[in-house]
Amino acid sequence: MDADIQEKQPRGIAELVSVVEALVFVSDEPITVKTLADVLEEDRETIEAAVEELKREYDERAGGLQLRELAGGWQLSTRTEFHEEIRRYLKTRPSAKLSLAALETLAVIAYKQPVTVPEILEIRGVQSASAIKTLLDKKLITAKGRKETVGRPMMYGTSKDFLLQFGLKDLSELPSIEDFEDLTQGL
Amino acid sequence: MEQPEQLSFDFYREQPEIVRESRDELRLKLGRFAGPLDLLLYLIKQEQANIFDIPIARITDEYLKYIRLMKTLDISVAGDFLVMAATLIEIKSKMLLPKEIKEELDEDLEDPREALVRQLLEHQKFKNAAQMLYERTTVEQAVFARGRIESDDNNAETNASVFDLLTVFQKILARHKEEIQMEIEREEISLADMIRDLKKRIFSGKELNLLKFFEEIRTRRELVTAFIAVLEIVRTESVRLMQKTTFGDIIIKKG
Repeated sequence: MDADIQEKQPRGIAELVSVVEALVFVSDEPITVKTLADVLEEDRETIEAAVEELKREYDERAGGLQLRELAGGWQLSTRTEFHEEIRRYLKTRPSAKLSLAALETLAVIAYKQPVTVPEILEIRGVQSASAIKTLLDKKLITAKGRKETVGRPMMYGTSKDFLLQFGLKDLSELPSIEDFEDLTQGL
Repeated sequence: MEQPEQLSFDFYREQPEIVRESRDELRLKLGRFAGPLDLLLYLIKQEQANIFDIPIARITDEYLKYIRLMKTLDISVAGDFLVMAATLIEIKSKMLLPKEIKEELDEDLEDPREALVRQLLEHQKFKNAAQMLYERTTVEQAVFARGRIESDDNNAETNASVFDLLTVFQKILARHKEEIQMEIEREEISLADMIRDLKKRIFSGKELNLLKFFEEIRTRRELVTAFIAVLEIVRTESVRLMQKTTFGDIIIKKG
């Protein structure tokens, strides 16, 4: 064995990919490229290249795990195909889904944020107080300050939990609201 | 029992239809209309009408029929549904006006339905967006990330020997010795004493200015006791409370 191994040697890409994989594995929430770069004392570009390589390996292998970009970081998770077996093992059932009212309200907030209650009312045509409460309780939305207008209404926006629960890497990954217009014409 | 907000629903299932069903079932289905715009979209679809050319008279009638049905079923009709009913009737009446009168009224020649159509289209967009979100959560619920592992963050346990424990205990003991102890006695007056004193003052003197009485008191606790005492005396004794001018001092005197 080489005695000089303790000396700080530039890591090869293969080694870097391995250590990135190890870190992504231990992190209990999506780990950011910045965190990885800080811990490994590498620059962002190098880390990004390593993460991409790792993702490619996972995709190529098409095993039980996938590496995906989520809420601004990277996360290892199981592939959707195996959810039945996993549920059978975990003995859990999918958690209750959001109501129609809550989902609609969430859609308005996600696309129009930061948005006030009166603005949500305008689009939904219905009071949304209980839906907003549910979304706040589930931490899917957060208050984003007050709008400097009559009555200074509270503005709402989506949270990091929203990205996590809906499997989004960031808000830009949401399809454009205009894309939903085509469906409308078919009414 | 499930919370109403937790009710799951199926986007793919047909929208509720009014059929002969048990009351409860019917109520549940009607309750699914998240709002007046939803109901309106459903009715337009039901009538196979063109959203850009809504047969407003027919749709208004249908809409009002639903509102009445909801009322007979004791579903509390939210104000929003009534606002929409009013809007529909307004549009209907505007459309009934002969052309000449409309021009006389000098209203801009915009179709009275236009604002509503715009709102419906906007609403439909967000309904579709909601469906997209629904599909995303369904997919996400099939994905599992690794559970938490023990790390210093969520498990503060560390290895410590008995000797470490002893050292800590000694430190605590030493600190305890250094502490200067000083006991401060709390001046306390019981409610009973307060009532007795106050009564004595009211019944011996002619009258007592309550503001002055409260000002004599120094501690918050005593003030609370004094206030309760006054309430108690007013309730049980024959005393009169007087206020000579609006916002003036309140005088208490025996009745």
